[in-house]
Amino acid sequence: MPLAYNEISRRTRERDRSLREKVMSLDEAAALVPDGAWVGIGGSTLSRTPMAMVWALIRARRRDLVCARGISSSEGELLFAAGVSRHLITSWFSLGIVWGVSRIMRAYTESNRARFEEWSHMAMGMRFRAGAMAVPFLPMRSMLGSDVIAQLPEAKAIDCPFTGEKLVLVPALNPDFALIHVQRCDAYGNAQIDGLPFMDLDLALAANQVILTTERIVSNDQIRRRPDHTKIPFFAVEAVVEAPFGCAPHECYGVYEPLFDHLDRYAAALKPDAEQGIRDYLDHYFFEPKSWTEYLDRIGLPDLLDAARRGKSIYDD
Amino acid sequence: MTTDAAPYTASELLAVMSARLLRDGQVVFAGVGVPLLAATLAQRLHGPGLTILFEGGTIGAYVEPGQLPPSTNEQRCTRRANMVLGSTDVLLLLQRGYVDVGFMGGAQIDQYGNLNSSFIGSPQHPATRLPGTGGGNDIASLTQMIVAMKHEKRRFVEQVDFVTSPGFLTGGNSRHDSGLVAGGMFRVVTDLGLLGFDEHSRRMTLLALHPGVTAAEVQANTGFELPTAPGLPTTEPPTENELSVLRHLDPDRLYTA
Repeated sequence: MPLAYNEISRRTRERDRSLREKVMSLDEAAALVPDGAWVGIGGSTLSRTPMAMVWALIRARRRDLVCARGISSSEGELLFAAGVSRHLITSWFSLGIVWGVSRIMRAYTESNRARFEEWSHMAMGMRFRAGAMAVPFLPMRSMLGSDVIAQLPEAKAIDCPFTGEKLVLVPALNPDFALIHVQRCDAYGNAQIDGLPFMDLDLALAANQVILTTERIVSNDQIRRRPDHTKIPFFAVEAVVEAPFGCAPHECYGVYEPLFDHLDRYAAALKPDAEQGIRDYLDHYFFEPKSWTEYLDRIGLPDLLDAARRGKSIYDD
Repeated sequence: MTTDAAPYTASELLAVMSARLLRDGQVVFAGVGVPLLAATLAQRLHGPGLTILFEGGTIGAYVEPGQLPPSTNEQRCTRRANMVLGSTDVLLLLQRGYVDVGFMGGAQIDQYGNLNSSFIGSPQHPATRLPGTGGGNDIASLTQMIVAMKHEKRRFVEQVDFVTSPGFLTGGNSRHDSGLVAGGMFRVVTDLGLLGFDEHSRRMTLLALHPGVTAAEVQANTGFELPTAPGLPTTEPPTENELSVLRHLDPDRLYTA
């Protein structure tokens, strides 16, 4: 059920929305998110995935997070396998088409250990948009006639009161938290996004609180020089964490492309025994490192540099 | 199937035959894999004015040779594009009616062109949980569709286990009656031939065979009775030029293995 409007308003009113510095560590930001929280994840597939925050929540041994993302990839596999989430609301869920169907998604959903609640991609977007608009639903014209809507008691097919046409109403999604990674923001949380914005603008406003991770923290003067690049306003943001290569091994537009060799190795490691493979991966990359820097160190300089060269090349033409 | 001596793979044949269906000046919403590749191929071969949209939020993509993206959501999709925008907004362009052709791959299709990419078996106890709709349901619901897929009996079934992306549902007017007033299945391209849909019954029909393929072979690889168009034509084999441009675009055989 969508949240009642007075509940959404109350939560917003009660937050400290003043202009204040919010810079903190990954651990401090992870501590803001309680067990059982609803968490919207920014980016899409292998792009601008807030991996550093996912990493921190997994290390903090968070439980029963209900996660929502437009399209989900390895971050969803890791959240399932680490026991952080048993419920992912998304439109598509696998590492990526070139690596085939996710063995972790299959293992967890087919044994009912976790739920993959499937909405169409546009429906995910309309749900975040309704959340951002603080209306309980939005109408749309896809999903009619399909079995996708048949699995979703929350989606309602109606006859339009104006035209009599059949429409689908999708309920607002107002997550407790949005985890969004950006190229740069200031200490207040004014966030600038380069390239594909995905659903992050709606997600940021739909969520009660935004936890930003950023490639770098810049001065407020820098933000004010290009206000047209600012996509998330500071008052929606609760935490700012500087996390260079914060999407690795996924991409951050214009900064680094996906670390393809690393993803190939990850997929290969999960081939013989997916669940053992991902447990070993979690141990090596998530639980054993003492810091995000050590995580990056284990990923390795050659892969990071190669991805950075490819990432920045978009501005070379 | 193509003969042993055939100088192209099944995926290459699929990409070339799909590319030929796209016309210059169209606006095509392309999914990842063969559709993305075939749309890019069409752009390079005969459609410099073909506008490619990706659900990651790209309008007017112009994918670089050898730089194929791993999905439609990475920066590679935006090279030389006209515009980037939110995923919700690019999907809404389908609903707004700006897209001429939706172009997707498929895991399982039935005689009415319904696509399944969600569950093999029942949703409650699936034998296989598949990756899901992504934008597939939106594209298939809102625009005219071309589907490119391998022609195998397990993929061409009488009735899909789950309608992820609607074709003509149960045939006749059922799609329209369900509220899907725009779009519908137009063509299915496979490595064996070209298929369309009967105007009234909305059942799948064999329209053309690829070189060296017989109608009996297509039927043998199809899990339902497949009517045949009168005077069944044979498609022209891929040309040297088509194949060479295709191989230039996908030198690592990411999508054409």
